Amino acid sequence: MPTLTIDGKQVTVKDGTSVFEAARQNAVEIPHFCYHPKLSIAGNCRMCLVDIEKMPKPAISCNTVATEGMVVHTQTEKVQELQKNVLEFILINHPIDCPVCDQAGECKLQKYYMDHTLTDSGFRETKVHKPKKVDLGPLVMLDDERCILCSRCVRFTDEITKTGELCIVNRGDRSTLTTFPGKQLDNKYSLNTVDICPVGALTSKPFRFQCRVWFLKSTPSICTGCSTGCNININHNDGKVHRYLPRENEAVNQCWSCDEGRLSYDFINEGRLDRPTIHQDEKTVSASAEDAVAEVVGALRRLAPEDVVFVGSAYESNENNAALKKLARELGIETVHYSAHETEDPYFDDFLIKADKNPNRAGVEKLGFQRFSGGTQTKLVVALEGLGKSDLERLKSDEPVLFVLLASNQSDSAEYADVLLPTATFAEQAGSFTNFQKRVQKFDKAFEPEGSVKPAWRWLAEIAKGLGKDWKGISEETLLEESFGLKREDLGETGKILE
Amino acid sequence: MEKILTKNFGLKDSHLLSVYESTGGYGTLKKLFAMQAKDVIEEVKKSGLRGRGGAGFPTGMKWSFVPQDNPKPKYLCVNADESEPGTFKDRYILELDPHRLIEGIVICCYAIRSHAAYIYIRGEFVFPYHRLEAAVKEAYAKGYLGKNILGSGYDLEVVVHRGAGAYICGEETALMESLEGKRGMPRLKPPFPAVVGLFGCPTVINNVETISALPYILENGPDAYRKYGTEKSPGTKLFCVSGHVQRPGNYEVPLGYPLKKLIYEDCGGMRDGKALKAVIPGGSSVPILTAAEAEEVTLDYEGLAAKGSMLGSGGVIVMDETVDMVKSLTNLAHFYSHESCGQCSPCREGTGWSHKILKRILAGEGRPGDIEQLEKNADHMMGKTICVLADALAMPYIGK
Repeated sequence: MPTLTIDGKQVTVKDGTSVFEAARQNAVEIPHFCYHPKLSIAGNCRMCLVDIEKMPKPAISCNTVATEGMVVHTQTEKVQELQKNVLEFILINHPIDCPVCDQAGECKLQKYYMDHTLTDSGFRETKVHKPKKVDLGPLVMLDDERCILCSRCVRFTDEITKTGELCIVNRGDRSTLTTFPGKQLDNKYSLNTVDICPVGALTSKPFRFQCRVWFLKSTPSICTGCSTGCNININHNDGKVHRYLPRENEAVNQCWSCDEGRLSYDFINEGRLDRPTIHQDEKTVSASAEDAVAEVVGALRRLAPEDVVFVGSAYESNENNAALKKLARELGIETVHYSAHETEDPYFDDFLIKADKNPNRAGVEKLGFQRFSGGTQTKLVVALEGLGKSDLERLKSDEPVLFVLLASNQSDSAEYADVLLPTATFAEQAGSFTNFQKRVQKFDKAFEPEGSVKPAWRWLAEIAKGLGKDWKGISEETLLEESFGLKREDLGETGKILE
Repeated sequence: MEKILTKNFGLKDSHLLSVYESTGGYGTLKKLFAMQAKDVIEEVKKSGLRGRGGAGFPTGMKWSFVPQDNPKPKYLCVNADESEPGTFKDRYILELDPHRLIEGIVICCYAIRSHAAYIYIRGEFVFPYHRLEAAVKEAYAKGYLGKNILGSGYDLEVVVHRGAGAYICGEETALMESLEGKRGMPRLKPPFPAVVGLFGCPTVINNVETISALPYILENGPDAYRKYGTEKSPGTKLFCVSGHVQRPGNYEVPLGYPLKKLIYEDCGGMRDGKALKAVIPGGSSVPILTAAEAEEVTLDYEGLAAKGSMLGSGGVIVMDETVDMVKSLTNLAHFYSHESCGQCSPCREGTGWSHKILKRILAGEGRPGDIEQLEKNADHMMGKTICVLADALAMPYIGK
């Protein structure tokens, strides 16, 4: 446990810690491009040079191990001069096309230039020209002139996905990032290269040119693509999701996410159900929220508990399922069922992608829900979004008198529903999912749902109210606490494993 | 003076095993196998032999850094990727006396307890390569290499590997990357090759000339070697003299030899009666000397350091009064910008930028501030990168 001095402050770190990490752990951020905590040390950008007393030359902090008594300077004029000079070199052949670059606003080059330089370059020569729009693969575009050759993406494909599609060819200032001959950057995690690209060289095909990043708001959330529950930030603007970015959670997804998951947000933007509908006389008609709720309340009043089946969902949050369970209990319905998204021949691997494409199966199982199997000959079914295809077939064959669906999106199930209550997606409400590790992870509300759309639990609370139940003061917090014995604030940033 | 490295150069068919043997070649192996490995290292330490690739690191000390308790195999890499502009000494050893190198390899490997050596030879050295390959074959056939050498129970395999034309692969860790089948780019240090080298194993890397001095040292003892040279720079060294002298070529002289003597006596003086303008004394990567400095300096590690330059590889480039210094510097800048591996930002960008400025000046389009910018670039490159390629360009144009 060496103790060293960084910018005049004494810090003690674990053996083997780099000067860079020692500084970072003590809230000193050393500028860098090539260093990435999950990748091998390349030491090529030279941006993290610091001044270490008794060392003959400036040292790169990423590859210098902190030792006892070391005295490190990261902010002195000398170090700022080093950073400025390295940055000048990196910028001489850069196109400086920020106005048309997607990275503008979240670009390390821009940031460091603002932080450290803010003067004109001495470069008066012709820049080196390289390929401008290289189609690296199905999801990633490359502008080689913007590339600063930090090799993060190359190391990612070598070390993380072990697919090794990327390489740098040629030497000196002609060095060029490309794919190996005949190969494409086509793996299940390719968009992570865009995340770790510190500049605008690698861009995401689905995101590029869609929105300037300074318009984006960021909300911490959980990916619903599978049961891994990768931690993400939803980047959105004006009620539209523009991208997911992985959010760090060492115990779940480290700092990565898969391409499929991160592109699974279309359902939030498109194909939404925006008003309650009631199926009457062979026709589906819009209804007011009050009328739709009244229809459900009336049916629940008329029918005995054994004639009613509640179907929760492995696709919905802990809180929405908990509300369904609460209502069932209060109505004397003994068993609550659940349905799940079904995928034929699902892809999975031993990294982040699970075969179970439902974000919350562990949550509904914790609630004691039984897998829906149909054959119940019931008169009323109340189901949440996420009814699987075969479950819908079973339900249809049961021919319930009334099928109430609380759903966010158009689907076969929605078409079949007699009463449809439009629900918020997870992006439009706060809540939590329980991932495959039985880790309860919270997500925040990114933006308000439109019109009469609301979280399923709020519809259920209105139904409860119509039935004369006292659900006053109910919230995401109370639902989680009641059913899972967990306080939302205790979930923290990284979630909590269920006992 | 007794020649140590070049004594067979004048013999007919000096590259053949039979000729080498007839001059006592491979005679040290019997003595070698009777010695303890650590004693061999001691002998080399005592001889004061220093690396002839350019850095001048004490050879025996380098060997002693190889951890003997490491269970991994240990390797010797012989750096025959001679590409330093102005240098052509290893090439002559490979062409004219390859068996001296092979005998040296056996000595070094035995001392560091290695059973495999790789000779990384510059790709363009086609003729030396064929000579070396033939010599290795001969040595295997005669039992100087392979299993149970001369019945000693000691095994050694030697592989000759050809480079593909990159100057940077002469840098020791880039050479290892290249040998491993990767892009030739220098590695970060630490770890150093003695601990984590070729294929992640402890590795010694030595220059051809360094290794070729070993048979003499083992045969005659460290004191005999120390008879030549200076206290801190013992032994002899090959100097490759090129440029405007009467007789360019390879000269083996004791370290500490006056450069003036080398130019005006051994090489017959300046060509066409022209005056000396400048000398690059140790291959293109070392700072250039003015005529006055060149006439005072002695050719040893310390003597050249005292004049702000380095002994380097021993590539002595002599320039007469007709040489356009801007043109020669532009030539160097072109070389280094072309050969920069491109991984470190300051070298990748700085060498190319400097070359562009120099080309412009050479074309008569120099502008106020160009010289200052070149000086700034030199300052911003030097000591800021993984290897010293950028320093090599920076030094000649700072000219210190």
